[in-house]
Amino acid sequence: MSLDLVLRDDERAVFALRELYGKYGYAQYKMSKFEEYDLYALNKEFLVSDNVITFTDTDGKLMALKPDVTLSIIKNGKDAEKSVQKVFYNENVYRVSKGTKNFKEIMQTGLECVGDIDDYSITEVIMLAVKSLQTVSNDYVLDISSLDILNAIFDKASLSQSSKKQILNYLSQKNVKGVESVCDEQKVSENDKLLLTSLVSTYGKPEKVKNALLSFSLDENTKQAIDKLFSVIDCLNQLNVADKINVDFSVVNDLNYYNGLVFKGFISGIPTSILSGGQYDKLMTKMNRSACAIGFAIYLDELSKLNENKKEFDVDVAIEYGNADKKQALKMAYELVEQGNSVLCEKKIPCSVRYKQIIKL
Amino acid sequence: MSSILNVALPKGRLGEKVYDMFEKAGFPCPSIKENNRKLIFENKEVGVRYFWVKPSDVAIYVERGAADIGVAGKDILLEYNPEVYELLDLDIGKCHMAVAAKADFVDDRSKTLVVATKFANIAKSYYAKRGREIDVIHLNGSIELAPILNLSDVIVDIVETGATLKENKLEVVEKFLPISARLIANKANFKFKSEIIEKITAQLKEQTEKKND
Repeated sequence: MSLDLVLRDDERAVFALRELYGKYGYAQYKMSKFEEYDLYALNKEFLVSDNVITFTDTDGKLMALKPDVTLSIIKNGKDAEKSVQKVFYNENVYRVSKGTKNFKEIMQTGLECVGDIDDYSITEVIMLAVKSLQTVSNDYVLDISSLDILNAIFDKASLSQSSKKQILNYLSQKNVKGVESVCDEQKVSENDKLLLTSLVSTYGKPEKVKNALLSFSLDENTKQAIDKLFSVIDCLNQLNVADKINVDFSVVNDLNYYNGLVFKGFISGIPTSILSGGQYDKLMTKMNRSACAIGFAIYLDELSKLNENKKEFDVDVAIEYGNADKKQALKMAYELVEQGNSVLCEKKIPCSVRYKQIIKL
Repeated sequence: MSSILNVALPKGRLGEKVYDMFEKAGFPCPSIKENNRKLIFENKEVGVRYFWVKPSDVAIYVERGAADIGVAGKDILLEYNPEVYELLDLDIGKCHMAVAAKADFVDDRSKTLVVATKFANIAKSYYAKRGREIDVIHLNGSIELAPILNLSDVIVDIVETGATLKENKLEVVEKFLPISARLIANKANFKFKSEIIEKITAQLKEQTEKKND
């Protein structure tokens, strides 16, 4: 039997992704399961959920089971001028799942590009995000947004910190009315209000979004941010990997940690995003690193929801030997497996087993 | 993935109103009007499948992707904060979230206020904003009983006409949050069915705007 048939969807994806990232020079980054709790206490908002499993180590230090990989990679890296550290990982992390409110072990694969990040690195990482989605399914969408564009527009409309947060929240819900109500409260000018609400209603093909944005009167900062986003997309277009990329400003991340481009990947049939990433230069600054960074993570445990390869049978042949000769049973099982079948041989075959053929001795 | 659009409607009067709006928008499913106990109705020609669920469950069906879109009250969205798109205010099912108490109620700030409610999160955030310490009692129904039996000082609940309150000799202390029905969508499914969802949203928006003119 070939390896392909044995592997589950998520396992197959792990191997395919490892091969993909290796081809582009990313090195695997292995780490321990534990980390000092302080690291997470200091960067709580960066974590998806702020619940962490903690325990006291033998020397009295408060430790945590890793809820996140990115923070560890940044903490353990060093700044080196004009170089970029490219790593990928495949680790289990421990988080509270939203549904059950209990801790859950989640398999996470991802990559990080840390150092002297330029347009090349940014485009390469987004290209790899697209390629990663393609290894899982051909029916995918990658949504990209630019926090620089949002920030520039927010600054122009001179919004307060708290109203920025509110607007981000409404953007993530595609809630036009919500954005309007914040604008009215903050007495935002009519042009800026239209621009802000249009961020909710314009999404989809990059060309369409670009034209919609450029129809407004914009300041220099906003224009620059728009140029930057679309130059990356143009570059991806050349590689023919941009046909399923959409621009969508409902993809948002915490402005205290992220900047520049942020993105989320979706697979048809899975109700949540399975890939999430972006530039996080601000997190780097918070952790006293001068370098820049971009990365993404993929949550492979979601793949089990796809159920694409539902097996009809558990085994090809079931052998029920009862009181018959055990030697004969083993010989028969051995020969059937050698011929390429899968076999379940038992005294009595449980009725829950599904088989193509049953042999009773 | 099937290309049919799954729509979760809240069971009850509001849901019937919502269905009428969908029908007007060009997505009819006549079998839904038959008087029976079926929960799921399909019209393959226009590519839509409706199902009735408990109003407070609509957001869960949509968040988990069993429904692509649905209609839920703003109260439910604020209480459970589901990870969904909120595409449109349908401007129906309008009411208020309010604090109510017995007619002779006076807030004694030297004590912890006891609040009975179905909406624990909404009540907590309302009082947290006012810096008031409270003790929340979570009830699932007949909230009006709580102050009468001295189970709580006040209740936080939905008020439509105020008739139920009046009959139980309770009065509104403050209406603090307007509520109405919202069209919500699953974030991931929206990407793959955006065309039909956009069409429905635009049609429904037209209807709500016409009504307001």
